[in-house]
Amino acid sequence: MLEIIAGILLITGGFFVLVAAVGILRLPDILMRMHASTKAGTLGAGLILLAVAFLYAEIGIISRALATIAFILMTAPVAAHAIGRAAYHHGITFWKGTIVDDLKDYYEKTRQTRRGSEKVSEED
Amino acid sequence: MKIFLFNIILALIWTAVTGTFSFGNFLIGLVLSYAVLIVVGPAIDKSGYTRRVWKAVTLFLFFLKELFLSSVRVAIDVMRPGFRMQSGVVDIPLDVTSDLEITLLANMISLTPGTLSLEVSDDRKELFIHAMYIDEGVDHVRNSIKQGMEKHIMEVTR
Repeated sequence: MLEIIAGILLITGGFFVLVAAVGILRLPDILMRMHASTKAGTLGAGLILLAVAFLYAEIGIISRALATIAFILMTAPVAAHAIGRAAYHHGITFWKGTIVDDLKDYYEKTRQTRRGSEKVSEED
Repeated sequence: MKIFLFNIILALIWTAVTGTFSFGNFLIGLVLSYAVLIVVGPAIDKSGYTRRVWKAVTLFLFFLKELFLSSVRVAIDVMRPGFRMQSGVVDIPLDVTSDLEITLLANMISLTPGTLSLEVSDDRKELFIHAMYIDEGVDHVRNSIKQGMEKHIMEVTR
C-alpha cells in the first residue's frame, strides 16, 4: 500500500519537475520562466521527498524529508524574488502578451527621490 | 509564541511520563496538551492561541490547494502549443503591515505558480507582483490575492 502511494507521488513529482524543465525552455520571457522553474520545481521536489518518506517510513528519514521540504519552501521564493527583481532592474524586454506594468509607473514616480537618496549615499 | 512553546514542553513531559519517546507518542502529547490549553488557555493567554492554531492549519491547507491547482494550470499552459495567457506587473494595495506578515504574503505569492512578488513600495503600502494570468482583468488578480491569501494570513497573525 505504501509502495503504491509512494509510486503515485514519485510519478506526479517527476511530472512537475519535467514541466519545470520544459517551461524554462518554452516560456517567452524570463519572469514567466521563473514561474515554471521555481514553483513547479518546488512542488515536484516536495512530492518526490514525500514519496521517500512514505516508502521508508522511518522516523529519521521522515524527519529529514520533512525538514528538506520546509527549507525548500522557505528558500525557493526568496531566490525567485531576488532573480526576478534583478532581471526587472536589468531592463529585460517583456513578451508581447504583457498588458500592464504598474511597477514601471511606480519607479518613474519615485525616481526623483531615489536619485536623491543615491547621491547622498555616494557622498558618504 | 510563548504559549506555543508551552504546548511543546507539555507534549515532551507527556512522552517522559509515558516512557515511550516516539514521534507518534509525541503527537499524542501535542494533541492532549492542546486540549489542556483549550481549558486553561483563557486564564493564561490573551492572544487566542488555540483559535490561531486552527487558522494556521487552514492557511497551510489553503496554500497547498493553491500550490497544486496553479501548478496544474501552469503545467497545462507549458505543455499546450501556443500561448494564450496574458502577463503583466500588477500592484496590490496591502492591508498587512508588519514585517512577518508582508514576508509571509510575498513568499506565498512567489510560491504559487502564476504569481511572483517583485517589489514592495518604500512606504510598505503596495506589493508589486508579476502575474501570468490577467485575462480576467487586473482587479480579478488583486481581489483573489486580497480575499484569499491576505485574509487567511491576517486571521492567523491578528
